[in-house]
Parts: sequence; structure tokens; C-alpha cells
Amino acid sequence: MAKILAVDDSTSMLQMVSFILQEGGHEVVDACDGVEALDRARNEPVDLVLTDVNMPNMDGITLVKELRALATYKFIPMLMLTTESSTEKKQEGKAAGATGWIVKPFEPDRLLATVNKVLG
Amino acid sequence: MALDLDEFHGMFFEESFEALDDMETGLVNLDVNADPVDLDAINTIFRGAHSVKGGAGMFGFTEVAGFTHVMETLLDKIRDGAMRLSQPTVDAFLQAVDCLREMLRATQAGETVMSAHVEQTQRSLESILAAGDSEPVKAAEVDAPVSASTESPADGDPQVQLDTQRWSISFKPHAEMLATANDPLIILQELSLLGDLSVTVDMASIPGLGELESEKIYLGWQMELSTNVTRDEIVTVFEWVEGECDLEIKELSAGRDQGAKSSSEYSDIEVAKTADPAPPAGADKQKPAVPARATNSDAGSIRVGIDKVDSVINLVGELVITQSMLSRFGEDEGFLDFEGLRQGLVQLDRNTRELQQTVMQIRMLPISFSFNRFPRLVRDISGQLNKKIDLVIEGDQTELDKTVLEKIGDPLMHLVRNSLDHGIEMPEDRLAAGKSEVGVLKLNAYHSGGNIVIEVGDDGQGLPRAKLLQKARDRGLVGANEELSNDEIHHLIFHPGFSTATNVSEISGRGVGMDVVRRNIQDLGGHVELQSEEGAGCTFRIRLPLTLAILDGQLLRVGKEIFVISLVSIVESLQVTLDNVNAIAGRAELFRLRDEYIPIVRMNELFGIESDCTELEKGLLVVVESDGIQVGLFIDDLLGQQQVVIKSLETNFRQTDGLSGATILGDGTVALIIDVPGLINKCLANALDNGRSLARTAA
Repeated sequence: MAKILAVDDSTSMLQMVSFILQEGGHEVVDACDGVEALDRARNEPVDLVLTDVNMPNMDGITLVKELRALATYKFIPMLMLTTESSTEKKQEGKAAGATGWIVKPFEPDRLLATVNKVLG
Repeated sequence: MALDLDEFHGMFFEESFEALDDMETGLVNLDVNADPVDLDAINTIFRGAHSVKGGAGMFGFTEVAGFTHVMETLLDKIRDGAMRLSQPTVDAFLQAVDCLREMLRATQAGETVMSAHVEQTQRSLESILAAGDSEPVKAAEVDAPVSASTESPADGDPQVQLDTQRWSISFKPHAEMLATANDPLIILQELSLLGDLSVTVDMASIPGLGELESEKIYLGWQMELSTNVTRDEIVTVFEWVEGECDLEIKELSAGRDQGAKSSSEYSDIEVAKTADPAPPAGADKQKPAVPARATNSDAGSIRVGIDKVDSVINLVGELVITQSMLSRFGEDEGFLDFEGLRQGLVQLDRNTRELQQTVMQIRMLPISFSFNRFPRLVRDISGQLNKKIDLVIEGDQTELDKTVLEKIGDPLMHLVRNSLDHGIEMPEDRLAAGKSEVGVLKLNAYHSGGNIVIEVGDDGQGLPRAKLLQKARDRGLVGANEELSNDEIHHLIFHPGFSTATNVSEISGRGVGMDVVRRNIQDLGGHVELQSEEGAGCTFRIRLPLTLAILDGQLLRVGKEIFVISLVSIVESLQVTLDNVNAIAGRAELFRLRDEYIPIVRMNELFGIESDCTELEKGLLVVVESDGIQVGLFIDDLLGQQQVVIKSLETNFRQTDGLSGATILGDGTVALIIDVPGLINKCLANALDNGRSLARTAA
């Protein structure tokens, strides 16, 4: 069981992702944009960050960049949930320090498998 | 694990409709001529399309996902500056928003989503896209790459099932690979799941202890994998570390040709990787600098189903009833000595009232939810009519009950359309009349004494008095010699089938409407007034109760029954002197109230109950008014005034003419709430025929 920070500006998506992760036995901390996520991550260390890319206030890529700059998050896996099938966003995310990505839409099992894989 | 995600559908739809509203507002306010384009605005619109697409894809609504993908692609082009924004594009987007809303509604209702309209709208978007781009993106192509990359190895097409092959994999991470928290061990573990894996570590590049940096990786791995999966699936394992490692995958057991071919294929991939354009100077880098507006109303809110809120409100209603029952018991003489109990009851009274008010507050929403659709409407209609119109919205944060808010939408829409169509003149007429060529339509909302007042006003030509009067005479609604006051003339427009528009237009003017508008407003327990000055404009003022759940009522008694009448509909209550009563045609009775004759309605007869008094001078007459028509309700006695919690008769019993609901009083008895407009209509249907027409001739 791990503590996972899930970030998405869409409530339905966020709740669904949280639901899937919780069903998979994980504890979930949620946030609706990068700013809130950064705040939560600072106060409460998590084992994995799962973030949407397109969000108001602070997007997922900036969030990853900001988190990587923190000592506690230097080696924490961070995954981006992205609908972009283009490689641009993925590369941009990698450059910011993202560990990898999960392309939306995804099967719940697929999400859990990927999360469990990076948690080792 | 099979997880049921259906429960998230409702939320998705709700969220998507909100996103569409935001997109619409964004599009309407978008300045097409701004150079460079307003990226914040485009971003907001983009995010709307993007989140609808994401959710739709997730929940398997592929048509919606495909449609939004086209919108998103187009927006992306605009935001990257690859395409110019133009008025036709904005119009196409607005149509797309409408179309998408339609699609979502259909999806929600489980109906067929694709229609000719949808396809046509989608095509027009695609053609815009094609015009600005040499390779058009078709919706059908959308899902292909997405699903391909999401498929897990196990889902692979059985046709590509291969015999076991041996692969040589050389994996040498770059020193900085750990900076993205990609653990090589996890990759090795994943590879081992694909088949038999043997690993040799390459430690050649480990530097001397002095130069070793703990956060860098110096190891490499030489592996042999026996597996029946395809090369692509092996490559997928390394997907996240592309560009962060040196990777070579060679087929061992197959012939040399094939091996060479596949390695050259892979180098093709490598080339493609490095040839990938650098991240564009796209909008994502341009951080939205003004987050303040975007987050305004959401601060720390939770989303709760309206049914939950309603059941809480209902329970609080019950609590209020129980509380007033207890209060009555507390007044009993036997309890006079129990000071503590009485104090407790007083406190309970205060707390329940506060609780009730607070809970009602939850259902309150700002009227901006309703006002927000008008900028688009005004924009579209003024374009169609070639009029110049400024929309001014005030008080859009004024709150009112959600149900009232929903039901007031259509009447408001009608009033606004009327103003746009008939009220505000063509620019040249306005100039000729010495006014600015730009007309002003003003929407305003404010609270006033327990009510909410909504105003729809324009500075147009006002209601044409002479025309109205002429039309009314033509139709025989008004006698040839009868003179009417300004107010009476203005109220003619609320008459069924009455329209002054010389031309019936697409926008309004079929004469169905104002009477419906008024009836809808009355159904909400409100009323509408208007103020008009020829040449200067016309303002409709709608007064509505803040909520439909509570009513300020007057209790009255007929025999053993207790009824409740909304305080606002009572004009006065008086004792009858027989001198003022005229009996007409045997049954109908008219009461002379100062200079007017009003019909008397005997409540006992109407509801078929025994009353204490049947002689008019012994009981009381309550004069109530609706639509400017007054009737006198004959009752036994007036009791107190109190706020009552309205319970629906329809859900608990059935709909009954003349009654709008019921409530439970402090002593536990059920009191029926009288629907004054309904009751008047009911009585008029019976009595007006003989009574009122006779009254007219009598007068």
C-alpha cells in the first residue's frame, strides 16, 4: 500500500482515479490543480504522484518540475495522465522530470498495474 | 478486477455541461481581432474541450470524444499561432458547443448520439482545420494511436502471437536517468515478466570512488530474453526512458537478414525520436498569470447531489414541525414549573430556525447561472437582426433557490428575446430618434423584502399604446368607447394570443408567450409588472419568492379544517355587511368592495366541508388577488400567521385543483395550502360566466 497524490481539475476524473487507486488498496491524497498539489505534497510526503497535464493555475508539467526541485521528491516517481497521443507533451514532461505517462483513456486495471509497477 | 465506473457518469455530465458553459462564455467574450490572440481565453476554452474529451474517452463515449478531439485540435492550432482566429471560426465553435451539448444530452439519456446535424457540424470544423493545415485530422483517426499505446502486452492481437524467439538487449542508462525516478531494476523486472531473462551487468564505466556521484547511474546491462512477444512490446518496456539510455535490441535466433532489418527499424525509431520537434513555444509555457478569476467560486467547495440536500431540507422541515409541537406542549400549564425545560425549548426554537435558514442557504445559487447564457443570445440575435446591442448585467451574484432558478430561465429568455426583437430599434431608427445607435439591454437582480426581483429592461421604443389599444378593440377585448389607463393598456400584452409585432419573426412575435410567461411566473408564486414609456424603453420586473420550500402563510379556519394562504396574495380581510352583497342568478354572489364587485367564494361549498357559519355576516371575507382579479373567500375565522414548510401534495397524494400543497402544523394536524391563482381560475370558470359578465352590465 502506498500513499498516492492524484491531481486533476476534472472532478469526475479525479474521483474516478481515486476510486480505482483506493480499490487497489492505496491511500489517496487529491488535489484539483498544480498549486494545490504542490501545497499538499509539501505538507504530506507521498510515494507517487499521478497528475493530469492540462489544468488551470498550474499545469501538470510545471507541477512535476516544481516537485523535482524539492529534496523529498527528487526520486519519487511522477506519472502524467495525458490524452495527448503526440510525443510533444510526453517529451516536455520528461524534460520536466516526469517518470512516465499513462495515456487516457485507460482501463482501471491498466492504471493499477502501471502504478504498482513503478512503486516496485 | 472489474470496477464499476458508471457511478461517475453523472458527475461527468454535470461537469461537461459546466465546461460547455465556460467555453461558450469564453467564445462570446473572445476578441477576434486581438493580436496576438488572447491566450488565456483560448486556454480556458481549450481546457473545456480537453476535459470533456478526456472524460468521454474514459467512460467510453467515443462519439463525444471524437467530436471534442476535432475541436481541441483546432484550438491547439490557434493557440500555437498556426491558425488565425476569425469570426466564422468562432461562430463554428459556438455551433460546435451547441452540438456537443446536444450529444451529451443524448448520451446521458442513452439515445443515439450521431445525427446528420452532428456530422455536419463536425465536417464544418474539419474543413476549417483542413483549410489551415495540409493534413486534416479526422475524428476516426483519434482513437487509433491512443488505444494502441494503452494496450497492455497481454491484450495483444492473437495473430501476432509468435514462436519463442531469443533477443539480445543491451541497455545502458545515461548517468542522469535517475533524475526522472526511473529505476532500472523495475525495467529489468518487467522484462523478466515477458519471458526467460538472463542478465549480465556491465560495470565498465564505474568511475573511481572520488568521482562517483551517488545520484548518477554508471551500470549497464547485457541481457538475453527468450520470449514470444513482439519486438514492439519489448520496446514498450523502455518507453519511458527513451532518450535517457542507449538501447539496442537484436533478434538472435532468426536469420541475419531479419536481425539486420529489425535493428535498422529500431534506429529509424531513434531517428524519429531525435527528429521530434522541441517542445513548442505553446501556451502551456505561458503560465496563466491571472488565476484569481478562474478559482473564484470553487474555493473549498464540495459537490453534493441535490437529492441529498433536499432530504436534509425535508428532515429539517420535519424538525421544525416537531419543535413547534414541543413548544406548544411547553406552554401547557403543567409545565410552568419546569423552568429548565422551558428554557431548553426556547433555545431549541432559536436553533431550529437558524438551522433551517442555513440549510435553505445550501440550495441557493447565484442568478449568474441563468444570466450567463444571455451574452451568447444577445450576440447571436443582434447579428441576425443587424441591431447594435450592449448587454449590461448587474447583480448576477444575487442568490435564489435552485428550483426557482431553473424555472425562471424560460420566461427570462422570452422577455429578453422580446426586448431584442421588438424593444430595441434598428440603429438608423435610433439615430433618427436622437438616441445612441447602440441599444442597451439591462438585466438586473436584487433582493427586496424576502423576495428576489429580476429586471429585464431596454432603452428601446417602449410599448406602443395606441397600437395596443387598437388591437384590443379590434378583437373586442375592450369596448369601443372604453378608456383604459396606461397600466391597463400595458397589461393587454399578457392577454393570450396578443402580439403587437407587425411581422411574425423567427425570434419572437407569434403572440404565444407573454401570457405563458406570466403564468410560469405565477406558478412560482411570483408576479410580473412592467413599466414602459413610449420612445424611452420598457422594463419588466419579476418578483419571486426566494424559495419554494417555505411560505409565509396566513392560517384560516373553515369548520374543522385549517387552510393556509400565502400572505402576499391577501389584499385585505373584512366583515361582510349584507347591504354590500348582491346575489345574482340565484347562485353567484357578488360583494361590493368600494367601487368594485368581486365574486364571493364560499370555501365550505368549494371543498365540500361543514362550516360553522353559512350566513355571510357572521363569518369573514378574505380578499385575495391574482392577475389583477380579486375574489373574496368566505371563511369562519382567521388564525395566526406563520412560516410553513411546503409539502408536495403530488408526491404524497395527487395534484388537486385549487391547492398547491400541504403543511403540518405545530399540533400535528395537516393544513392544506391554497393555490390562489388556481383557485381563482377554478372559481372563475364556474362563476365568471354568469357572475362577472353580469357584474359588468350591472356596473
